Amino acid sequence: MTGRGGRTTLAAVAAFAVLVMAGCGGGDDPGSAGAAADGRVTGTVTVFAAASLTESFTRIGRDFEAANPGTTVTLNLAGSSALANQINQGAPADVFASAAPRNMTTVTEAGNADGTPSVFARNQLVIAVPRGNPAGVTGLAGLTRPGVKVALCADQVPCGAAARSALDAAGVTLTPVTLEQDVKGALAKVRLGEVDAALVYRTDARAASADVTGVEFPESARAVNDYLIVAVKDAPNRAGARAFVAYVRSAPAQAVLAEAGFQAP
Amino acid sequence: MSRALGTAVPRRRGRVPAALLIPAGFGLLFLVLPLTGLVLRAPWTTLPQRLTEPGALTALRLSVQTATLATVFCLLLGVPLAWLLARVEFPGRRLVRALVTVPLVLPPVVGGVALLLVFGRRGLLGGWLDATFGVTLPFTTAGVVLAESFVAMPFLVIAVEGALRAADHRYEEAAATLGAGRWTTFTHVTLPLVAPGLAAGAVLCWARALGEFGATITFAGNYPGRTQTMPLAVYLALETDLESAIVLSLVLLVVSVSILVALRDRWMTSA
Repeated sequence: MTGRGGRTTLAAVAAFAVLVMAGCGGGDDPGSAGAAADGRVTGTVTVFAAASLTESFTRIGRDFEAANPGTTVTLNLAGSSALANQINQGAPADVFASAAPRNMTTVTEAGNADGTPSVFARNQLVIAVPRGNPAGVTGLAGLTRPGVKVALCADQVPCGAAARSALDAAGVTLTPVTLEQDVKGALAKVRLGEVDAALVYRTDARAASADVTGVEFPESARAVNDYLIVAVKDAPNRAGARAFVAYVRSAPAQAVLAEAGFQAP
Repeated sequence: MSRALGTAVPRRRGRVPAALLIPAGFGLLFLVLPLTGLVLRAPWTTLPQRLTEPGALTALRLSVQTATLATVFCLLLGVPLAWLLARVEFPGRRLVRALVTVPLVLPPVVGGVALLLVFGRRGLLGGWLDATFGVTLPFTTAGVVLAESFVAMPFLVIAVEGALRAADHRYEEAAATLGAGRWTTFTHVTLPLVAPGLAAGAVLCWARALGEFGATITFAGNYPGRTQTMPLAVYLALETDLESAIVLSLVLLVVSVSILVALRDRWMTSA
């Protein structure tokens, strides 16, 4: 929560830029607008974002480009830990959005963050079941019934750690058939009907709502996952990086995140 | 067959053209350098205790067992398939040969999904297997063997087919004129004739199965002791502990290279 003042200023500048941009409308000379703190925002902004942000950041990136003509947002979507490693190995990232505080710490401790990371969204677990819920799962306790096949994420990845906390909070012991490498893997097993349930993020269940139903359960409140964002220290496009971070915290971007199922910080 | 060549070669030694030697050297460097990186980054001081962690040994044992079973499975089905492609004229043979190589170009994760669509609980055959015999393959060790076989079999088939095509037909024809049936010819003439090619194919197949990751985690999932092979353990270790992942990779490398070298000495000692 430190450094909020600085970010608020940035957010205000970016919001101002957005307003000016919107006021100019189509056809006006983009060169006359978009003054950020240290010059106009242009060029490519390379955003390293957690895989669970795929849908929402694709939209936010497009909105950002529309609000800042002359910019291009390039997304590199992968697991947060892989992204953190890439940044620490010198990958040319401008912004890092992590699905877990631990992976953000990897980057800040290596001295590769420009400022203090901020929480921009939170995510909770739901029980994803195949459409029609063939095993009739209504809560965590239902997952322990014999014959009910459950997929969890492995303890090493954020969704697995969250699942572990939720199960512990509920006092439920269950033996999954598989410990998946990431949340999309667990979700895929539900979509294909290979398991009767999986613990995944609400946003993932919502993105797959054609094949999957998300069952809410009270213990998920005990395992809320914070998403953090920061500009990268050696960002090739520093102004663009700061503007993007500010934009993600602005109302339009927060609306996109809320629609995807994220909770506000 | 290398004997005849062997007598002719020494005379020309010492005249290796630079145009071949230099790219060959770079080629070797390109393959070996990343390994050097692993070795240099390995945490040698904590190596012994990391090696004896029960999880690592369980994953290693499972890897060696499933890769070996997959190789046996591939030999049983792949050698006859290679023979068919090399020795029997039938319509659509080119198409069949192309189909055999599909798993080579298919991303393994897609291969895993494809296997689920056929052998999964709701799959084309899997549903029937479950209803009739109560057998489900996903999330079982048998599922790991199946996934590894799917990805590794083309290596065996291509190697054996190549050996069969290169082998001298006249031995088989002689056997036939002496009254041997096609089966007897196959077991007593053809197989011994292509033994080196067969061994090379089996070794490639085993190595590919040992390193298999994508199809395995997609089709068989990841559960310690049941379906978590070494590559899966390495991948998950990467999430939290780079050094652990390096140690596990090195173990896999050392074990596979020693087994391959040992087998090479036993099976392919023609020189």
